Amino acid sequence: MKRILAAAALACVGFHPAGAADKLKIGFISTLSGPAAALGVDIRDGLNLAIKHQGGKLGGLPVDLIVGDDTFSPDVGKQLTERMLKRDDVHIMTGIVFSNILLAVAPAIFQDQTFYVSPNAGPAELAGDRCSPFFFNVAWQNDNLHEAMGKHVADKGYRNVYLIAPNYPAGRDALNGFKRFYKGATSGEVYTKLGQLDYAAELAQLRAAKPDAVFIFLPGGMGINFIKQYNAAGLAAAVPLFGPGFSADEDVIRAVGEGMQGMFNSSHWNRDIDNPQNRRFVADFEKDYGRAPTLYASQGYDAGLLIDSAVRAVKGRIEDKNAFRAALRKADFKSVRGAFRFNSNHYPIQDYYLRLIARDEKGRLTNRIVGTIFRNHSDAYVKSCKM
Amino acid sequence: MNALLLLEQGLNGLQFGLMLFLLAAGLTLVFGVMDMVNLAHGSLYMIGAYLMATAAQATGSFWIALPLAMAATAAIGMALESGLLRRLYERDHLSQVLATFALILIANDLVRMIWGPQALLLDAPRALARTIEVIPGAPYPAFRAFIIGVGLAVAAALYWMIARTRIGALVRAGASNREMALALGVNVKRLFTLVFGLGAALCALAGAMLGPLLAVQIGMGEAILIQAFVVVVIGGIGSIRGALVGALLVGMVDTIGRAFLPALLRGFLPNNIADALGPTLAAMAIYILMAAVLYWKPTGLFPARG
Amino acid sequence: MALGSILIAAIAFPFAAHALGWDYYVGVMTRVMIYALAASSLNLVLGYGGMISFGHAAFFGAGAYCVAILAQEGVVSALVAWPLAVAVGVACALVIGAVSLRTRGLYFIMITLAFAQMLYYFFVSLKAYGGEDGINLAARSRLPGFDLRDETTFYLVVLAILAGCLYFLRRLAASRFGAVLHGIRENEPRMTALGYPTYRYRLVCFTVAGGAAGLAGALIVNQHGFVSPGLLDWTQSGTLLIMLILGGVGWLYGGVAGAAAMLLLEEVLSHWTGYWKLGLGIVLLLVVLRAPGGLGGWLARGGARG
Repeated sequence: MKRILAAAALACVGFHPAGAADKLKIGFISTLSGPAAALGVDIRDGLNLAIKHQGGKLGGLPVDLIVGDDTFSPDVGKQLTERMLKRDDVHIMTGIVFSNILLAVAPAIFQDQTFYVSPNAGPAELAGDRCSPFFFNVAWQNDNLHEAMGKHVADKGYRNVYLIAPNYPAGRDALNGFKRFYKGATSGEVYTKLGQLDYAAELAQLRAAKPDAVFIFLPGGMGINFIKQYNAAGLAAAVPLFGPGFSADEDVIRAVGEGMQGMFNSSHWNRDIDNPQNRRFVADFEKDYGRAPTLYASQGYDAGLLIDSAVRAVKGRIEDKNAFRAALRKADFKSVRGAFRFNSNHYPIQDYYLRLIARDEKGRLTNRIVGTIFRNHSDAYVKSCKM
Repeated sequence: MNALLLLEQGLNGLQFGLMLFLLAAGLTLVFGVMDMVNLAHGSLYMIGAYLMATAAQATGSFWIALPLAMAATAAIGMALESGLLRRLYERDHLSQVLATFALILIANDLVRMIWGPQALLLDAPRALARTIEVIPGAPYPAFRAFIIGVGLAVAAALYWMIARTRIGALVRAGASNREMALALGVNVKRLFTLVFGLGAALCALAGAMLGPLLAVQIGMGEAILIQAFVVVVIGGIGSIRGALVGALLVGMVDTIGRAFLPALLRGFLPNNIADALGPTLAAMAIYILMAAVLYWKPTGLFPARG
Repeated sequence: MALGSILIAAIAFPFAAHALGWDYYVGVMTRVMIYALAASSLNLVLGYGGMISFGHAAFFGAGAYCVAILAQEGVVSALVAWPLAVAVGVACALVIGAVSLRTRGLYFIMITLAFAQMLYYFFVSLKAYGGEDGINLAARSRLPGFDLRDETTFYLVVLAILAGCLYFLRRLAASRFGAVLHGIRENEPRMTALGYPTYRYRLVCFTVAGGAAGLAGALIVNQHGFVSPGLLDWTQSGTLLIMLILGGVGWLYGGVAGAAAMLLLEEVLSHWTGYWKLGLGIVLLLVVLRAPGGLGGWLARGGARG
């Protein structure tokens, strides 16, 4: 027994972290396994591409990217966060896809006075009264893309919409956002289990409710399965399906195929936005990774650019938290979306577009921007934030 | 609540139940004949699904891939049985739990090493990607109807095998009284290996059927394993008939419960209580069912022994 | 004596770790000790009581939730919350034990598992307390005279509680109650014939263990700062069983040895490879096949000299 304890103690010796202020340690936690893995992998690959484009550094400091897989579990996310904050002494954290995991780990990160740059999850909780000076979201607030679709569906005159979203913070945000702009009748508002893959029961219920349109928020594998089963149930021909960009991006198109053609969806970014940095991002992402980037990848890339601009502005002295925060707030970088600025609650103010899935000039099935739904749109919670 | 909705949910329950039967049949045979708790049964289901997805990708055909995946999984199962698991038959249940739990850990990581952490895509065969009218006016996805058909066919085939063939007689003998079967000179080793292989093949079939509906991912076995155990306990250890009845009961109770219980409760409880209580009771339903069955029949509905 | 030197090393550890800058590992060892307590409470049920419970994580999780819910409602005093967590563990164990102990063998395993799953769904239904996503602990428990927010203080408090509970376990095992339990474990019909109310003895044993697990739960939510229904899942119960079997069922220090071995193995292996579960699984298999008594059995047979 004594020998075992001694051996264990010795084994731990080799893992004492060297505190270094000459390297930028970024703690990256994301969902890298399971049906939603495509999202986390895209964010990671986007971030890595941004680091590569800056020569392996961000803001002049070489980057040590410590990657952890939360396996879609808040518990695992919490354990990884503890390890990264306490053992690895990371300077910034980023990466989380899902809002329930973010909300579980956020308090510990803020208490540790470490900055978190969110390349995806944008819960209402952190946009309003629980906003934090250590939290920055470079993507959107959860409601935004759904607000855009709500406006579009209302403008198109649909009067009886069936709503489906998973039962977790972002799912609730989604339907709240949609209903903020769609004021018509809903023949159903269904919250499914997060991670659910078989929608037989929900589809039967949907068929019986006879809506004139269906709005879903089902990211990743959930959406892929739902849309496949929706088509297999013969509902696609009868009732049009609407969704935010999350349920209609490259990962879903790759998985579902032809059945996606003609679907309208909303997004803050698309590959055909015409500016030099977006063209470079899309071209290099396709070259390096062999697939078309999703909006998740663009967010990971922009997160890298944001961190780069802030670290550069404080000339690498990230220990000065107030200066670093001010630099982050300025957001002095060229986003792949075009112009970028933060609101007072550290969430973006930006445009939201209407996209359509169709064949492009090269014959590929992909999204195309066909209109602008909102300009300079902010979120509904900023007024409750005291910052 | 209309009749068509009830019919469609009923078919869903039947589909789910029959898939559970495929898993429970192998599990109950292993427990009945070899007296072994096999927690790694779910891992065989996962391996079957992964092999199916890979074979379908490689050959481009669902129909060619299916027998390949089943045969490969059966081979893996038989190799596992003769190489490792047979040492556990004489051991106590606790050791079997530990060893097969260890196998779950090993299987999950091996699969991750070979196929990577992302989920694999498995598509339903193109010919079945449409709806059929089960009765006029009631469209139902053709693939799900196909699953029901496959499940019923397997149930019939297993019944015929167990009740009408010599192998079946040996299995029944082994399940009801192993010592006596041994004493009567049955080649127990070969029988056990075959039983295990059959269970593994059924797992692969279930994995191939459910893969297109769910996702082929690491850990997919653990979720369904508990439900399979509940079926085995309800049906009675060692009985195929019990596994079928138990699986249909569990499938129906779970599906109908999830579909209609929340709405039912809203009929006579305030909305917010009904919305919280409904899904909870629906999720607990199969466990309450198991407790009720055990209260009335402590060794299950159709126990093979005694 | 070996025990004395281990105790001294344990007390000295946090101070040494702090001096070396390894503060993170104080938290790791605290976690090991809390799981040691949970596994030891299972030892009472399994090793001393002879009952294979597959739902022990339910009491662990219920205790954790008790403290978390009280903290959210503003009650942070350890002197209120922790005894309540024990009471919750006792109450759950009393109810679950009263029903489950009427069954035997595999059926007992399944019923305990079913009840644990039901409790899991109950906590999922508590939307006000996080539901499926879990809740963060609002603030660490306040113990008069000790600042539990200091990692070293918390570590020493946990060490004291663990030592106290092990002492209690030792006394219990050596007492008349322990002797009767031993008799029931060896040959229940004989004990019944001798006039002992075996059901009652088992129930008391099960309930006391539930209370200890509840206390461990109160400690784990303090250490981790977070609790979700996943803590009550059957795979968590499985993990506790594995720890105990690894350490040595029925050996007083089986829970401690098993928890330390498994968690430290995980911590060390995860440094080198993302596939540490594979390594853990192989170690577990070796233990089953070569060292059935776990670490305790290996040590009893002479172990490594010196």
